[in-house]
Amino acid sequence: MTVIIMSSCGGGSGSKDEGKFAPQRMAKPLTYEEAVADWKNQKGLGPIKSVEMGEFNAELAKKGEEIYTLKCTACHTPEEEKLGPAPQGIFKRRTPEWIMNMILNPEEMAKNDPIGRGLLMKYNTVMANQGLTEEDARAVLEFFRTLE
Amino acid sequence: MRSNTIIFACLLITSIFMYTSCGNGGNGGGALSNASVAEKVYVAPGDYDQYYEFFSGGFSGQVTVHGLPSGRLLKTIPVFSVDAEKGYGFNEETKPMLMTTFGFVPWDDSHHPKLSQTNGEHDGNFLFINGNNTPRVARIDLSTFETTEIIQIPNSAGCHASPYPTQNTEYLVAGTRFSVPIPQKDVPISSYKENFKGTFTFISGGQEPGSMDVAFQILAPGYDYDLAHSGKGVSHGWSFFTSYNVEEQNTLKEKNASQYDKDYIAAVNWKKAEEYIAQGKFQEWPSEYYHNYYDDHTHMATSTLKKGVKVLIPSECPGLVYYLPTPKSPHGVDVSPTGEFIVGSGKLSADLTVHSFEKMLAAIEAENFDEVIDGIPVINFDAVVAGTVSSGGLGPLHTEFDGRGHGYTSFFISSEVVKWSLETYEVVDRIPAYYSIGHLSIPGGGSMKPWEDGKYLIAMNKITKDRYLPTGPEMAHSAQLYDISGDKMELLLDFPTMGEPHYAQGIHASKIVDRQVKFFPLEENEHPYKALTEADTKVVRDGNEVHIYATMIRSHFAPDNIEGIKVGDKVFWHITNLEQDWDVPHGLAVMGAQNAELLIMPGQTETLVWEPKSEGVYPFYCTDFCSALHQEMQGYIRVSPRNSNIKMSWSLDDDVFGE
Repeated sequence: MTVIIMSSCGGGSGSKDEGKFAPQRMAKPLTYEEAVADWKNQKGLGPIKSVEMGEFNAELAKKGEEIYTLKCTACHTPEEEKLGPAPQGIFKRRTPEWIMNMILNPEEMAKNDPIGRGLLMKYNTVMANQGLTEEDARAVLEFFRTLE
Repeated sequence: MRSNTIIFACLLITSIFMYTSCGNGGNGGGALSNASVAEKVYVAPGDYDQYYEFFSGGFSGQVTVHGLPSGRLLKTIPVFSVDAEKGYGFNEETKPMLMTTFGFVPWDDSHHPKLSQTNGEHDGNFLFINGNNTPRVARIDLSTFETTEIIQIPNSAGCHASPYPTQNTEYLVAGTRFSVPIPQKDVPISSYKENFKGTFTFISGGQEPGSMDVAFQILAPGYDYDLAHSGKGVSHGWSFFTSYNVEEQNTLKEKNASQYDKDYIAAVNWKKAEEYIAQGKFQEWPSEYYHNYYDDHTHMATSTLKKGVKVLIPSECPGLVYYLPTPKSPHGVDVSPTGEFIVGSGKLSADLTVHSFEKMLAAIEAENFDEVIDGIPVINFDAVVAGTVSSGGLGPLHTEFDGRGHGYTSFFISSEVVKWSLETYEVVDRIPAYYSIGHLSIPGGGSMKPWEDGKYLIAMNKITKDRYLPTGPEMAHSAQLYDISGDKMELLLDFPTMGEPHYAQGIHASKIVDRQVKFFPLEENEHPYKALTEADTKVVRDGNEVHIYATMIRSHFAPDNIEGIKVGDKVFWHITNLEQDWDVPHGLAVMGAQNAELLIMPGQTETLVWEPKSEGVYPFYCTDFCSALHQEMQGYIRVSPRNSNIKMSWSLDDDVFGE
């Protein structure tokens, strides 16, 4: 009788909950080096699944430069490393999708994207989310095309 | 056999003991009922409360925002008092908010938070609150939860019967708790009956930010006007003010102002007032008052001295004001959701007096008056009263309504909430409050539409005593949350509040959540000393004034090394937060600054004045933990002797600029 009452008193039955404490079995994530080597397949994490670059649009690039100057230059100068990497030549190492996701979703990129996490380790900081819209980020992407 | 029986009995006793010790119940009710009560106020981690409840901070001068049903404190909004935490009243941008004709007044006694209304319903646009001491009324914008406008009330003292907006917030009202010589003059205090007057002020612009103004004032006999409510529905167009001290006494009021059996509720026909104003039947008085307005684009407040008010004199304006006799120094005057019933709470009485608006109009039509005081007809009591609630309690103060045909009245002396029927005036339930309840609040309960899914009542109590862990001689005032959805009221929760929460109003979260500003766009920043990029940063000397145009972002200031400041300089730190993300403010603190920190919202520019008294190198830093490198967000400013030849220079890393 005592035993019955004890177990009704919330006496730990948790040990039977095997699933809860079972080790997680997941695919081993890529290292930073592996992901950088595989950069052409790395789209990053966020709202952007594919980007159609098309013909260069000078007007859009000009708008992108204005946004970049206002929102990004406290940490990124176009051609030299400041607090974060310079965007010059970025299309030779990152996909357009990865770049836009990094701009739009920097917190998750720093935590869960292999390249984003490597950059956090390298630069010691999570990039600030500067509240750009997808349209803004696309314009900044166009500006980056002028920084080859 | 015998020993077996004993062992069995011991096990049984142990079992019973364990059972009762499992989830110990606490006060009355037992385990099961406390658990079910806890469920009613439990808001799971990460979940939102159902209601915002805005509490007056009373003598703190501020407003606090709690969530219901959890009672959790969500924010303190500085209104009438300086707040070092947010730099309010310390930074250059918000100092003008506290300007009055008495000069900069850094404190007040905030009283009655009232939500803006459209068609008699809370619309979620704004919250208004009155400052009792130096008469003022403030607007809080519910998209930013910041005080954005404060208007001073001239010809007034003790702005207590305020702000109580009209049905569409056409006006906010302000009655004088303390009659004084109006206009002010140097007279013997004993000449009270001859020289002292009260006023009813009507403030326009409630729904148009930046345009609050004194539309007109009505001069009234020198009573103490205590509380107010504006009419709605059938009584839209009228506002009601309680009075005490119709004895017109100026000393030992607790005795001398309680002599008469009845005082008055003043019924003011403000639509009639509008007609008289249009006809030019007002006196133009040269009164001065300040209007202070904070602009979210310049991120700055400006103060404007206004001159001249329109004053209506009841004896020159028939039909403008009537008095409704009400027993025993009435405190609250509360209007039922339909607008028909005007409930006066005689605070020295056991009973509530319920006046009928319809009967009032009929009595006015029939000129059923007992007397006329300074042009104000006193309506015959029996002609206007609809009923009396014989409560059995003592010291009624305030009433709110559930929209289901009930009034709920707070009783200070007997410390309880009494629920009564608007049809029969009979008491249907009562429940204790801990202790000495003042105001009470039902979300939407002062409007035409109490929230349909609303089931809560909050008691705001003046005395706390043993409700929480003791904290020395002073205890935070207690509030209680009750479930009023059933026939019997049920106590759910106690929680502490800030200052003296005179009153609170609740609104469904859905009316507020979607309008929230998360940051200020840099593109819309119109501050004259903004720096929108690091390329715009600079330090400019103008005589002994130095203006630093600086920026901040996770996690550095630009510039972060400054030289060329001299002892005797007045240094203005104009800092722009370049972040464009929700909930990423940065702070600025400078060693030895004799004011406070700055706490700058994303996209905002704020200014700290610093007057270094001695030479040396001073650190400055960010106060609000902003990133993993927050501790690195710091800089140095060098202060040289008065006669120094050090040139002005400023730098960040290798980029050095200067004269």
